[in-house]
Amino acid sequence: MATQQTTTAGRLLVAPSVIVLFLWMIVPLAMTIYFSTLNYNLLNPESRSFIGIGNYLDFLTDPDFIGALVNTLILVASVLVLSVVGGIFVALLMDQPIYGQNFVRVMVIAPFFVMPTVSALIWKNMLMNPVSGLFAWVSHVLGLPVIDWFTSCPMLAVILIVTWQWLPFASLILLTALQSLDEEQKEAATLDGAKAANYFIYIVLPHIARAVTVVVLIETIFLLNVFAEIRVTTNGGEATTNIPFRIFELATNANDVGGAAAGGIVAVVLANIVAVFLVRMIGKNLES
Amino acid sequence: MALKQTTGQRVRVTVAAWVVGFLIFFPILWMFLTSFKTEGDAYAIPPKFLFFPWTTENYVEVQSRVDYFAHALNSIVLSVGANLVGLAFAIPAAWSMSFAPTKRTKDLLMWMLSTKMMPASGVFMAVYFLFLQAHLLDSRWGVGFLLMMANLPIIVWMLYTYFKEIPVDILEAARMDGASLANEIIYVLTPMAVPGIASTMLLAIILSWNEAFWTLNLTNVTAAPLTNMIASFSSPEGDFWALLSAASVLAIAPILILGWFSQRQLVRGLTFGAVK
Repeated sequence: MATQQTTTAGRLLVAPSVIVLFLWMIVPLAMTIYFSTLNYNLLNPESRSFIGIGNYLDFLTDPDFIGALVNTLILVASVLVLSVVGGIFVALLMDQPIYGQNFVRVMVIAPFFVMPTVSALIWKNMLMNPVSGLFAWVSHVLGLPVIDWFTSCPMLAVILIVTWQWLPFASLILLTALQSLDEEQKEAATLDGAKAANYFIYIVLPHIARAVTVVVLIETIFLLNVFAEIRVTTNGGEATTNIPFRIFELATNANDVGGAAAGGIVAVVLANIVAVFLVRMIGKNLES
Repeated sequence: MALKQTTGQRVRVTVAAWVVGFLIFFPILWMFLTSFKTEGDAYAIPPKFLFFPWTTENYVEVQSRVDYFAHALNSIVLSVGANLVGLAFAIPAAWSMSFAPTKRTKDLLMWMLSTKMMPASGVFMAVYFLFLQAHLLDSRWGVGFLLMMANLPIIVWMLYTYFKEIPVDILEAARMDGASLANEIIYVLTPMAVPGIASTMLLAIILSWNEAFWTLNLTNVTAAPLTNMIASFSSPEGDFWALLSAASVLAIAPILILGWFSQRQLVRGLTFGAVK
């Protein structure tokens, strides 16, 4: 159907989006690469000089970077496992014929719409505060030791907050996938007398495998960028500083343009490793 | 897993699902309740769940302490404005890619998606530097531009998946009748495309409203949206739980309500059509 006329018109219509996206991608990226090769401090801008891969060596051999990398991986992996396993559980529960399913759904999805600064502060203060927080009171009532979350296990506290934000997303996507499981297949499974566990392993899991993969990949993209939750709760520190936060620190506290840029390129490389898989998955879907 | 169930089982599963739903929702409910307490009641141990003198004074206090309306206005201007501009770029592109696809359309779509993979922290230094030079730090134009660019790939993708579902026959019929490109767009396409555009806009607004990397780092006072206003409560001297709760309720309520309406589109939009 693409005549010569519509093809030309098509190009003109697509062009603005492509051009702005291209500029948006290439300009900051080129600048970041350029800065990353410089010894450039905002406090002493006259003395900037080319130092090649010096910033990368600094960044990669800096114990703070290794710490930030480890923290990033711990955070991403923990939240992924908790939200996907929890999400499967919640989705299975909601896919049952229950009374008031829509209302449960509204409650489950709600945390996803809460801005990160709000969820972090509500959890840190009103739930996790060791003196007046609700968790402390619950522990006290149950006779358990009271946990001072942000002193004794700050990373765990951040993981819980971020999981709370992403569990709804995983649940919703997996529920959508479950609901597309053929009713007839469900009926057949019942007639065959398949036990629930077998049914879950051989029919449900393969059916939602693709949705799980999509959840994992998309969450990873966002989780590699967790920033606000750390900024407003611990504001860094050895236990919770991740790569985005480390870059932010270098740029604003140390005014180290070169170092922050090198860290940025490292972050871009990490994200792209994930992106390759995601783009391939979605690309396959386009063909089907 | 709809195995045969008796009413008894159904009631048990319902109770389990409600308990899980309630636990997930609880922090939001707790924040809502606390926003109506006095500061003294907010810190009370044992906690006061429902039986406390309800007060709305926190909501009045929020405006006088942090100028809620100024920040709310920024949130609205930024999330609506940025995405309206985004739509202006995306609608023609998505239209053309769905109805006049070429060999390169698929690659183009994938490439657009890949720009979304670039982490904000990765290019933070360059953007910060550019904004510093251009005096765009703490300006609505600057951060609005970033929010627009961050959402553009998602907007194009969502519109593309919606436009794809519009029957092509009807467009061809219009062409046969000699409708010009402009007429085709105005009279045939637009009425059918509006629901998809509305859903896309809804999701895009939600994402921009809650964006908390650029808005925290590149705004301060003049252009600071609600994310930034709430962050100001993180300072150690600012332990006002009831006030924080009231501010938080005001910050999330509009988007929570919009979000509940757009659950289905959310799945589609955030998975780029991979899960329907």
